[in-house]
Amino acid sequence: MIVDLTQMRTGESGIIKELRGGCGFERRINSMGLRPGKQIKKVSSHFWRGPQTVEVDRVCFSIGFGMAKKISIEVKGENK
Amino acid sequence: MKINKILLIGNPNVGKSAIFSRLTGAKIIISNYPGTTVEFTHGRMKIGEERPVVIDVPGTYTLNPTSKAEEVATRMLREGDLVINVVNATNLERNLYLTLELLERKIPVVIALNIWDETRHQGIYIDVKKLEEALEVPVIPTCGLTGEGIKKLITRLPEAKAPDVRISSDSDKWERIGKIVESTQKLTHHHHTFLERLEEWSIKPVSGIIIAVAVVYCAFWAIRLIGEGLIAFVFEPLFENAWLPLMLKLSAVLGPETFLHNVIIGNIIDGSIDFKMSFGVLTTGFFVPMAMVLPYIASFYFILGILEDFGYLPRLAVLSDNFMHHIGLHGFAVVPMMLGLGCNVPGALSLRLLEERREKFIAATLMAISVPCMAQIAMIVGLVGERGGQYLGIVFGTLFVLFIVKGLIMNKVLPGASPEILVEMPPYRTPHITAVFKKLWMRVFGFLKEAVPYVLLGVLFVNILYALNIIDALSGLFAPVLTGLWGLPREAISALIIGFLRKDVAVGMLGPLNLTTKQLVIGSTILAIYFPCIATFTVMVRELGIKDMIKSAVIMMFVALMVGAVLNLIL
Repeated sequence: MIVDLTQMRTGESGIIKELRGGCGFERRINSMGLRPGKQIKKVSSHFWRGPQTVEVDRVCFSIGFGMAKKISIEVKGENK
Repeated sequence: MKINKILLIGNPNVGKSAIFSRLTGAKIIISNYPGTTVEFTHGRMKIGEERPVVIDVPGTYTLNPTSKAEEVATRMLREGDLVINVVNATNLERNLYLTLELLERKIPVVIALNIWDETRHQGIYIDVKKLEEALEVPVIPTCGLTGEGIKKLITRLPEAKAPDVRISSDSDKWERIGKIVESTQKLTHHHHTFLERLEEWSIKPVSGIIIAVAVVYCAFWAIRLIGEGLIAFVFEPLFENAWLPLMLKLSAVLGPETFLHNVIIGNIIDGSIDFKMSFGVLTTGFFVPMAMVLPYIASFYFILGILEDFGYLPRLAVLSDNFMHHIGLHGFAVVPMMLGLGCNVPGALSLRLLEERREKFIAATLMAISVPCMAQIAMIVGLVGERGGQYLGIVFGTLFVLFIVKGLIMNKVLPGASPEILVEMPPYRTPHITAVFKKLWMRVFGFLKEAVPYVLLGVLFVNILYALNIIDALSGLFAPVLTGLWGLPREAISALIIGFLRKDVAVGMLGPLNLTTKQLVIGSTILAIYFPCIATFTVMVRELGIKDMIKSAVIMMFVALMVGAVLNLIL
């Protein structure tokens, strides 16, 4: 199932599928190590469209809600 | 090859500054969060007979600049003879992207595989020899904090190479990185440590907020406890028992009511010298920075240093992101504000962490108006606190309400929207106690070196103004505002004048004016709001540009006028 990052549930894991936000955005996110094919785990999601925290390659990132909307994920299921 | 200029380049928060200070012996601030270094720091190191310049370049993820800080880093690259690429050994894959970009630039590179000490704990095994072969440049495992591997790094600098690498697309680079990592790195399973669990708790919405409240509360409680302790048990006794007798002797030598006596000792109050009221250069001028401000500066920076090195600040940034959006900023603006609480100058410098002009303007204006520096806070606590804790509540409560109200208004009025947060969370690390004290000493020493002379100068200046009757003339001119609008005695103009120089002295000047509690509260609040001190002003002009600075200053003065009048009416 493909969802965007904000729709993932906390604790859920998946694979980054696509970054949809223009070249600059894509490059910026890519260079931080978040790129298609990477396994991603959602660590937390803050209230009222707050930042989304994820873990990729054992590194934790916080991503603003709007940006997170532009990252699509193929979800595998719960992984607690 | 002659090496004149060495650049330290790497991702944010990989320890470039730690390596820089190891190489050059220079003392710079090192913390555990991305973006500690916002300015280029220069230093010189020794390689045999040569003394090349080393430049600590702010962290960047890529040479294809995606932000202003990265743009500057890229520009620097053209000037360097050699790059020490600092790579985070615990996150090889991501870091190698920048490495490959560097190699494409045909500049000699040496790799410092930093944070090497942590790889073992995390179950990461890297074959350094193989990595060297794969990248065709020297790779040296290092630990900047302890200095491990630095000697080897220096001896191998001359081996730096610019291998023949063709410019390739992003996907080719990632593919090559994938192969390199696969052949050189082995990951074993590792158990979650307590710190890692704490990392998770402190970033989840509910437990995170509970932790944040607890941390901030404990931090301020500890700052107060340490600050008050230092004053009561160290500095006040020192002044009363050692400095006072000396000053009394000097006072007798100078003779009462002479010009020199007035400037150096100040007024005799009830037959003796009162360090808070006398206002001579060597009495109050020396007492204010040393016995009232320094203890709080030391305790604040001690606690801040621990929070910084632990890696907590970015978590606080994420937790406050939502709130900060309402006032036109994103969560990371918490960092300049926290630094600003210590001193507005480093706070204003770190505005560079914020990218857009609008955001910088809002953050700078909010900080200048509502974030008093620790020197000023210490003085307000010292003077207003004597009249009762509730009055401190009024002063700081007013500033806090202003922070929110102004933020909300600016966010509504200024065109544009607040950008979103995108930040890497550093892992929690147990702070090295020596590193914490080293940083504390640097900051305290900076205060002694830069603030104390200004304070003495300020007090001297004010005494001269008094002696020349200039204060009297000015106080007549500003009486309508001071007395009419704010309900302050017209002599308070002297505090406003000195406030341009030093805010702590300015607050201190309210002491001898025999103000009522209401006047003291209004005076302290206005002094915090109306204008930044000269040092902060200079940095703000540089960071905002003169146009935005003027706008910001107009807002400050307007707010000061309003707030003073309102407080005068309702208190």
